[in-house]
Amino acid sequence: MEIFGLPLQAFLGQLLLGLVNGSFYAMLSLGLAVIFGLLGIVNFAHGALYMVGAYVAWFSLEKFGINYWLALILAPLIVGAIGVVIERTLLRHLYRIDPIYGLLLTFGLALIAEGLFRREFGVSGQSYPVPELLQGATDLGFMILPNYRAWVVFASLVVCLGTWFTIERTRLGATLRAGTENPNLVQAFGINVPLMVMLTYAAGAGLAALAGVLAAPVIQVNPLMGSNLIIVVFAVVVIGGMGSILGSILTGIGLGLVEGLTKVFYPEASSIVVFVIMAIVLMVRPAGLFGKEA
Amino acid sequence: MMFKKLVPAATIAAAAVFGMVPAAQAQISGDVIKIGFISDLSGLYADIDGPAGAEAIKMAIADLGGSVAGKKVEVLVADHQNKPDVAAAKAREWFDTQGVDMLVGGTNSGTALAMAKVAQEKKKLYISVGAATSALTNEQCSPYTVHYAYDTTALAKGTGNAVVKAGGKSWYFLTADYAFGTQLQNDTTAVVKAAGGNVVGSVRHPLSASDFSSFLLQAQSSKAQILGLANAGGDTINSVKAANEFGITKTMKLAGLLMFINDVHSLGLKATQGMYLTDSWYWNRDAETRAWSRKFFEKFKRMPSSLQAADYSATLQYLTAVKAAGSDDPDKVLAQMKKTKINDVYAKGGWIRDDGSMIHDMYLMQVKSPDKSNEPWDYYNIVETFKGEAAWTTKAETKCAAWK
Repeated sequence: MEIFGLPLQAFLGQLLLGLVNGSFYAMLSLGLAVIFGLLGIVNFAHGALYMVGAYVAWFSLEKFGINYWLALILAPLIVGAIGVVIERTLLRHLYRIDPIYGLLLTFGLALIAEGLFRREFGVSGQSYPVPELLQGATDLGFMILPNYRAWVVFASLVVCLGTWFTIERTRLGATLRAGTENPNLVQAFGINVPLMVMLTYAAGAGLAALAGVLAAPVIQVNPLMGSNLIIVVFAVVVIGGMGSILGSILTGIGLGLVEGLTKVFYPEASSIVVFVIMAIVLMVRPAGLFGKEA
Repeated sequence: MMFKKLVPAATIAAAAVFGMVPAAQAQISGDVIKIGFISDLSGLYADIDGPAGAEAIKMAIADLGGSVAGKKVEVLVADHQNKPDVAAAKAREWFDTQGVDMLVGGTNSGTALAMAKVAQEKKKLYISVGAATSALTNEQCSPYTVHYAYDTTALAKGTGNAVVKAGGKSWYFLTADYAFGTQLQNDTTAVVKAAGGNVVGSVRHPLSASDFSSFLLQAQSSKAQILGLANAGGDTINSVKAANEFGITKTMKLAGLLMFINDVHSLGLKATQGMYLTDSWYWNRDAETRAWSRKFFEKFKRMPSSLQAADYSATLQYLTAVKAAGSDDPDKVLAQMKKTKINDVYAKGGWIRDDGSMIHDMYLMQVKSPDKSNEPWDYYNIVETFKGEAAWTTKAETKCAAWK
């Protein structure tokens, strides 16, 4: 049996690889969507935070022998703390002015972080081993899937659904959303809104770091790894609808699949297919697939 | 140690052969010899050349005592950010306003071709070290360009021939989708076919692709024996990493068509063992290269790449020629360089051909397995040495008018 001139097995294999990449897109765009939805900040430092997360994992293994599983917890905490510092010292001054300032500030921070890491570690990158428990591969009949990639899909789905549930279905999430709609009123109820905003940014940064740790064994840990990815992730957020949590998750996975198939049928276009879709979506639905029309 | 004594000895010998030139008579423009170095200092190629390449140039100047023919030697360094327009503008500015006498060009073929044009227009000597494209000495050759370290033809002839000879008859290419990648693929295809092999297919990936697994599965289903990697830097590194993860290395052998020791270091021997690659130099080649490399290591905590050694050698040979010619006039210096054999830590018996290629031995190397590696950076076995002109474009193939 063939699909579009491709044997069914090869087709399934490529779809599965698309799903793996889509999981990364989903997890990264999720953090961006949370930060934009609740703070109104276009966080261009997201790619750099993802890169820092991967480096925390690599560095802690190399220098202190801290294993992958601990790094999954440690890196988001450290990068989250960096997020707190950024929010308290810089971002909070920008909430009341044009969003372009937040964009420029975070873009500048990303360039500085990249420059510092490049100076310290060079550009060839560092190798992070696949954790022992997840080494090896499983024969699925239609392809050999490395166990680690399967774990990435699973972990990212858990994280994405957990975040969506927290924000859309819990009392904490309701308070968060209310705080962004009308901070003064929520403050009047005795809720510390600035603290809430700070923790939201930290959580978004932590999500980026978590994605970084998950990516570390798959690709070379490299100071430029964030900037290679961040533009695509922004396109995902725009297509999904700025600030829509569920939108960014579904769009991330969907675009991973589309990109995966493009790599088979017209590989040269695989780096731009996401942007072509973005242009079309913006023409037809300017608020994005899942965004609310303003 | 030995090398420290060698350099002054060689310079004295050269001076004796060509006649001592009194400093007062040396025709040095601006009373200072200025060398410009324009390379990728911060992007994806910054490790293989970059800031350490600039330091290698300074090491050569220091080994000559900081001055030549009684005149001080200065170095200017700039980052072209992999943009040909930036490289060309910088070169033009330096030739026009800074009195730069000779330009060393770093990595990236696009920038190298742009700088060669400027140097030709200004009639200044341009030594291209880091760029791969063979167009520098072929279609776009110039009387002022010297291509010093390697080119795509040499890489293709080295790895292509050796792999086919070792039984790798059927090839599939994973190619970076820009000028360099396609040229490397085409050059290698020609070599493979001439040697009796065949190419069953290829896939082109965008530069700096984030994931290679999809391309690799396509390569695997081609059932070819050899996967030729016609890409560079981070793209090569991530291709090799994914090939290991997906078990591609069990059914196909990888051939890195442009790999530097920094790439192997970054990936580790476990992921790269058994790979063939062609390079112009290896730090652990002999006692002389080891001695120089350990000096380099003390400064940078890593061993020099072939490009960094070539930066050193190019500077050393240029300055020696300036001294012998008693002038920094580009035509006189180049004539001097062309009539002198190049013998230093980088090349043995090297010479500059009329198309601008610096002809020297190239090496086919195989990456060691982890248990065969005796120390950090001890990564290669030299499998074959391509002597003299064996690796380079032949007179029958060239499109360079100056060498027809």
